Amino acid sequence: MNRVLKPVSVIIGLLVAWQALVMVLDIPAFIIPEPVAVIIRMYDDAGLLWHHTLVTLTEMLLGLGFGVLLGVLMALMLVYFASLRPWLLPLLLTTQAIPVFALAPVLMLWFGYGMASKVIMTMLIIFFPVATCCYDGLRHTRQDWLDLAHTMGGGSWAVLRLIRWHAALPALASGLRMAVVVAPIGAVVGEWVGSSAGLGYLMLQANARLWVDLMFAALTVLAFCSVGLYYLTDLLLRKLIPWQSTDLS
Amino acid sequence: MFDIHLHGVGLAYGDHWVFKQLDLTLKGGQWTCLLGGSGVGKTTLLRMVAGLTGNGRVRTAGRILGGDDQPLHGRIAWMAQQDSLLPWATVLDNITIGERLRTISIFRRTRVNQQALVRARAILERVGLADKADSLPQHLSGGQRQRVALARTLFEDRPVVLMDEPFGALDAITRLNLQDLACELLQDKTVLLITHDPLEALRLGHEVYHLRGQPALLTDAIVPSGTTPRALNDGRLMALQGVLLDRLRCEEAAA
Repeated sequence: MNRVLKPVSVIIGLLVAWQALVMVLDIPAFIIPEPVAVIIRMYDDAGLLWHHTLVTLTEMLLGLGFGVLLGVLMALMLVYFASLRPWLLPLLLTTQAIPVFALAPVLMLWFGYGMASKVIMTMLIIFFPVATCCYDGLRHTRQDWLDLAHTMGGGSWAVLRLIRWHAALPALASGLRMAVVVAPIGAVVGEWVGSSAGLGYLMLQANARLWVDLMFAALTVLAFCSVGLYYLTDLLLRKLIPWQSTDLS
Repeated sequence: MFDIHLHGVGLAYGDHWVFKQLDLTLKGGQWTCLLGGSGVGKTTLLRMVAGLTGNGRVRTAGRILGGDDQPLHGRIAWMAQQDSLLPWATVLDNITIGERLRTISIFRRTRVNQQALVRARAILERVGLADKADSLPQHLSGGQRQRVALARTLFEDRPVVLMDEPFGALDAITRLNLQDLACELLQDKTVLLITHDPLEALRLGHEVYHLRGQPALLTDAIVPSGTTPRALNDGRLMALQGVLLDRLRCEEAAA
């Protein structure tokens, strides 16, 4: 119960502080709207918000899926093809050295204004934490497990499937938690640079028209999506990796 | 049951020989115990016998062969100080991990066959954990976990068993109980056990060697009388333990 209560009370606390700030400092509504106004806007424009949320969520989830797949593949290649490592590692770093914001216009050019460019952008952001964490996990499999497997006559595929993969899961889980948090950045930045739908697009349009309450409404929905996605992932990972907590202590 | 011969065995990290020109015969169907202080190279020697020293930075010398002049690969079971249980697998899955490691392939997801499962459960019964088959290791005590490790070793059913201080991390009572259990269950195996506990070596070993010096050398075998596991109220055994403990302490002080 505590795990639900605490985040909820934090959110309520923030809302109260926000309302108080606006009232005390008498900030005009086109700078910061009152939370109440935002909530009313959310209610009035629920259909519109829902439509754009679905687009952004789809981009995020697709990006997450492909990013995780690619990251895990990369980690496996780094571990099992030692001779490729000197070539792959710089490639991995290069994908991170170029800020994804700088890449966005190019991605628009190549993949169009639809969903594809946003999915690829999200994928690029997520790929790195997943790949590095998974690689770390695979590399640091306990030596005594590997020794045991060796004396038992296990081949490298068997050892990967039955031991190293499981051993890497807690590390991969940390990567996933990080990935879920940064996934919205990729999607929204992509939408800002060029799109016709999504929460980022909606925010841009609302901002241009000084519909600040709608902009904040979109922002709030985005925040809820991110937080919700994080907690869902966390819950799922706890269920899937129940031994994790004891293993790390 | 075949003997195992170590001929002129040596191992070096760079120019530093941990041991050199060691000769040792492990008698078939008997327990050989290697006693030594920490850092003397006991574990390294055991790993070499197990074929676990195939690392680029070490140099090895000598031959380790079974009595049939064949290498030991595929004929040994390994039991270490840590129980090495996989935390995500149930007790039964941990015991049968060897079988699964040998049969799984990319295209085929083989389950452990019924026969093997029956055998695993029978072994689990012998180590007194029949009711824990579906538990996860994290729910077991240290002694129980080491029993599972022993069961896993038995399940492998290899003629040679190498043990690296398997009872070192347990409390005194649990350790004695497990020594008795291991002695009973591994009766027909050729066992090489390394330990820093003289009492353990003297209780369980048909032959006890002391590894010491740098590079390490083996002393002549001590052959305690009587059947294993030897009783704790044996006066001569206790006297011998005293002598060995004194020797180990002297080494420690000199090092």
